[in-house]
Amino acid sequence: MDFGLVAVVVGFLLILIGIWGILTQKNIVKIVIGFSIFDTGLHAIMVGIGYLKGRTAPILDSAVSPADALTSIVDPVPQALVLTAIVIGLGVTALMLAYVVRLYDYRKSLDISSYEDLKW
Amino acid sequence: MVRKIFVIILLIGLGWFFYGMADSFHGSDSLNMTASYYAENGAEEVGAANLVTAIVVTYRGLDTLGEVTILFLTAAIAAFFLKSKEEFSKRDVKPSSELLQTAAGMLVPLIFVLGVYVFVNGHLSPGGGFQGGAIIASGLVLLLLSKPLQKVNSRFFALVESFSGLFYVGIGVAGIFLAGGFLDNSILPLGEFGTLLSAGILPVIYILVGLKVGSELSGLLTKFQETQEEN
Repeated sequence: MDFGLVAVVVGFLLILIGIWGILTQKNIVKIVIGFSIFDTGLHAIMVGIGYLKGRTAPILDSAVSPADALTSIVDPVPQALVLTAIVIGLGVTALMLAYVVRLYDYRKSLDISSYEDLKW
Repeated sequence: MVRKIFVIILLIGLGWFFYGMADSFHGSDSLNMTASYYAENGAEEVGAANLVTAIVVTYRGLDTLGEVTILFLTAAIAAFFLKSKEEFSKRDVKPSSELLQTAAGMLVPLIFVLGVYVFVNGHLSPGGGFQGGAIIASGLVLLLLSKPLQKVNSRFFALVESFSGLFYVGIGVAGIFLAGGFLDNSILPLGEFGTLLSAGILPVIYILVGLKVGSELSGLLTKFQETQEEN
């Protein structure tokens, strides 16, 4: 079984679920959760692309000596990128939640349709 | 109704697009050029057993500095938007259950120690500064859940955060003078491969990143706690 393909397919499904949540949910907190799911899907795809069949984690220890690293580890670059992306995603989620708190203070409502100031 | 149709059309379109991409996806059999360079030379040049850490902190060190800056910015903006309410410690809350309080008292110190362990060993085992920092912040979440009115010293977090950020940039600048360039790893000797004191300055940088991320997220959480009005 190709785990890389599994991760990619699951990632695309998560992205679709996230977009569906962003576009259809009325509750702002649920929209933020949609963004979070979208993020998770992207991470799964990135890790899946870096996966190589039958190889192990890019950590050199007693199982993988530096000499045969070339033939026995998966691609470490996407993993480093995903590490970055997860942290940024966390920061963005916290920022969105802070906006939600302020919006709720402002109008005491979490329903997105009660914010019509920019609607035309 | 029209809106729903548009959403469905968009989702079907994207799904079709993604299906094409997933269908034509086939994993490769060997590392690409960049990855094989890192796999071949990472152990010699950086001396870190965890190649992901070697890439994050040394090969792509500048990106990580930028990432830490972005995290700092989001924390600063969130703190700007969350005006803390002075009377938050006077609101009446239901006391949390005995179970949660006892468990928090036992687990929070252990979680903090685990977080420190994860970022101190970032160059040897899975983990590192970002993960360790997140673990420390999760310990704080448990503490705040068990004692919602607990006052946390956010000034302390701000101090730790500023100083670790300052030292991080300072180490980077020191690399220009003492080694090959900004954030260069070889300020300290590489040491014996696979031991705790190895990989040059990398563990020090990752410890600083861990402290910075941990205090930043903790400060953010305290802000959210102080803003809360009711339970």
